[in-house]
Amino acid sequence: MRYVRDSAALARKDVLLELRAKETLPSMLLFVVAAFTIFHFALPRGTGDVAARGLLWSALVFTALLGLTRAFVAEREQSMFDALVLAPCDRSAIWLGKTIAVLAFLAAAEVVALPAFAAFFHGLDARTVAAVALADVGIASVGTLFGAMAVAGRARELLLPLLFLPAAVPIVVGGVGRYLWFLALYDAIFVVLSWAMFEYVVAEA
Amino acid sequence: MIAARGLAKRFGDRRVFSDLDVDVPPDGFLLVTGPNGSGKTTLLRILARLSAPTAGTLELPPRETIGYLGHEPLVYRELTPLENLTLFGRLYGVPERGERVGMLLERFGLWEVRHDRVATLSRGMQQRLGFCRVLLHEPALLVLDEPTNALDAHGLALLDALLDDARTVVVATHDPHRFDRRASARLAFA
Repeated sequence: MRYVRDSAALARKDVLLELRAKETLPSMLLFVVAAFTIFHFALPRGTGDVAARGLLWSALVFTALLGLTRAFVAEREQSMFDALVLAPCDRSAIWLGKTIAVLAFLAAAEVVALPAFAAFFHGLDARTVAAVALADVGIASVGTLFGAMAVAGRARELLLPLLFLPAAVPIVVGGVGRYLWFLALYDAIFVVLSWAMFEYVVAEA
Repeated sequence: MIAARGLAKRFGDRRVFSDLDVDVPPDGFLLVTGPNGSGKTTLLRILARLSAPTAGTLELPPRETIGYLGHEPLVYRELTPLENLTLFGRLYGVPERGERVGMLLERFGLWEVRHDRVATLSRGMQQRLGFCRVLLHEPALLVLDEPTNALDAHGLALLDALLDDARTVVVATHDPHRFDRRASARLAFA
């Protein structure tokens, strides 16, 4: 129970920080809506569903990347990783709390992004929405792990995209093809891997 | 409390220190001095379990019994003092958290600003909040890196009172005279 309470407290802290700073979510919203607008005018008329879905997933992955680059700003700029690592809570609770917060920001961005996509392109079906929901879990879990690794690295801004984008390729493949089982499998594997590896990442940080 | 033998730390090719022995008994007070870049902070981070030595053996108390204050107060600037201490109180599993947090805020003169964002507080107040965070879980070992930073006369008096009540202490400082009478051991980096 303590593990869950610690994770919830850490997630609440991140949401509170964002509500006060208002930096991450507005940037994500602006980016994703601007991307759809550009795609809408760039694509020729009569473009097929698959191409439109490809653009949806490209925009979502880059929007997530934008959010992930901000996910550890306080920990990096205010040395708060030290404070968190010093606390005797399970270190994976830090990962879980951050992952929940990232997931919340992604979901909030998609509440605007998906209707915008539906308005600009060919509407939206339940299978695509389910695929996005499944993909969010994988993006948040693996992105949080890589975000923590990037905090410890020297070329932080470079490291996160270099780590995250290759890991996001299966998500785009699964998302465009709407292979829900594939996305669920990706989530299961990468949630467990990220959860288990976080302890070692912060030990080296 | 602390027993280190042949401690060494390197960052790549750069040797910070080597073959260092450190002994601090329970209720001891180790004063660490030296110029900037000599390895004081690196040693304190190792003693606080934030960093691992490259070589040597090291006996330290458990993580939950260490209180560490670095160059930063290690509190979230966009949260209030109350929110910060409540968060860390939970992470440290502090019993009767509300009372403990309230008592520390009162003791360090931060009760009136408990609902203000830390970013709006002076650097000295932030440092005092850092002391509150360090003392939340009543640590057996205090590791303080330049604790006099940004403190005015009142802040320094609060630091003295804090050290009067502390058990085992390691302090790194550029102002050794302030801590001279307390020191039971000294370590001077060249």
